[in-house]
Amino acid sequence: MPSLPDMTTADAADLARAQAAAHPGQTAPRPDADQEALFEALLRIGDSTLILAHRVSEWCGHAPALEEDIGLANVALDLIGQTQMWLGLAAEVEGEGRTDNDLAYLRDAWDFRNLLIVERPNGDFGQTLMRQFLFDAWHLELLTALMQSADPRVAEIAAKAVKEVAYHLERSSDLVIRLGDGSEESHRRMQDALDDLWPYTGEMFLSDDKDVTPAAEGVMPDPSSLRAKWEAVVREVLDEATLSIPENDFAHKGGKQGVHTEHLGYILAEMQFLQRAYPGASW
Amino acid sequence: MEQLAAAQPDLAQVWDWLSEVPDPEIPVISLTDLGIIRNVEWQGDVLVVTVTPTYSGCPATGIINLDIETALRERGIEKLVLKRQISPPWTTDWISAEGREKLRAYGITPPVDGTAADGRLAGRVARMAGGSNLTIECPRCGSTKTEKVSQFGSTPCKASYRCTDCLEPFDYFKCI
Repeated sequence: MPSLPDMTTADAADLARAQAAAHPGQTAPRPDADQEALFEALLRIGDSTLILAHRVSEWCGHAPALEEDIGLANVALDLIGQTQMWLGLAAEVEGEGRTDNDLAYLRDAWDFRNLLIVERPNGDFGQTLMRQFLFDAWHLELLTALMQSADPRVAEIAAKAVKEVAYHLERSSDLVIRLGDGSEESHRRMQDALDDLWPYTGEMFLSDDKDVTPAAEGVMPDPSSLRAKWEAVVREVLDEATLSIPENDFAHKGGKQGVHTEHLGYILAEMQFLQRAYPGASW
Repeated sequence: MEQLAAAQPDLAQVWDWLSEVPDPEIPVISLTDLGIIRNVEWQGDVLVVTVTPTYSGCPATGIINLDIETALRERGIEKLVLKRQISPPWTTDWISAEGREKLRAYGITPPVDGTAADGRLAGRVARMAGGSNLTIECPRCGSTKTEKVSQFGSTPCKASYRCTDCLEPFDYFKCI
């Protein structure tokens, strides 16, 4: 099925149901069975965009310049929009009647599958930008690969998101270069940020048994296949930014399996507060 | 049957009505100027309107759906379903010629087709080095001596620019 109907009113939903009943050939497809691997794979993408969006949105009203405040908020907004599509599809694939909102607001830390890098604290503006750049470069390669997914639902979300992420990467690489190759102070901060964040990039390219089926079926790329292109972009930008890539190849890992740093709990406590305190609240 | 047929406005009429619904963020252009109405059809006695979002997180999407519904209900359409379609993804190429002129008159430089970001370093470096062929005209004085202030402007679909001749800041509706 190419896209999800967006019912805006209760009576429209009733009409659709009545119509579906009148035309048996057009009933909604049954939830996909045996799609656990795809469900996991979708969470790994959707949870990463969700948690990064939340982190970036923490800057709203606090950025060093008005244009950057707006830029950060817009990036966060794009990522939240993409999250709705990824988690919406995950919920559909799961077939348990959950929604994108249920997945975002009613799971605990061990059920989240995001990369550890996105839950890193914002730090200073330089650290936020370096995290964004390292992520954007990976995100663009991932989406480019997903546009060829054997699952058309995955491919169409990727085709939508990739246009937005190309702008994210242009912005973050531009700023990384300007600050890296900037003043002594900005250079030092960007190098510190890179040193801190580099050990969190390896996880993007590590596979586990959950990656095997989607990769074999051509639904998702093998994570390791994205590394060469990512590294080429990252090296070129960091060279121009006069920053040195750390020699150490050590990689923190666990996020994709639900083993998180303590930071995720604090993010969820804030992000999920409303739905926990006032279950079912909406506006 | 004849009564039913009479109660169903033809699709050209529906498109006309939709062409009068303004975009909530940029009210000088309509939803049809923007190219986000992808299809209108009758399925039995239910009118199905297919809408595509501009940006996936655009907060105007909900308002747009509400505005469509309000406009069509005011014209007597009772059975209405709004469908969301994300493929093919919306592109600024779908903004009508008329819509582009309305944008310019409103103070927003319309998108220069074919200049969408691709995230590739080569394009970015060329632009930074001033080697870009991307010419953004000031919507007020028409000068091409303009500079980018920020890739992200007052809404996700716009970038902030400044004219170095008349010194006015302005929005550029960026190409996607």
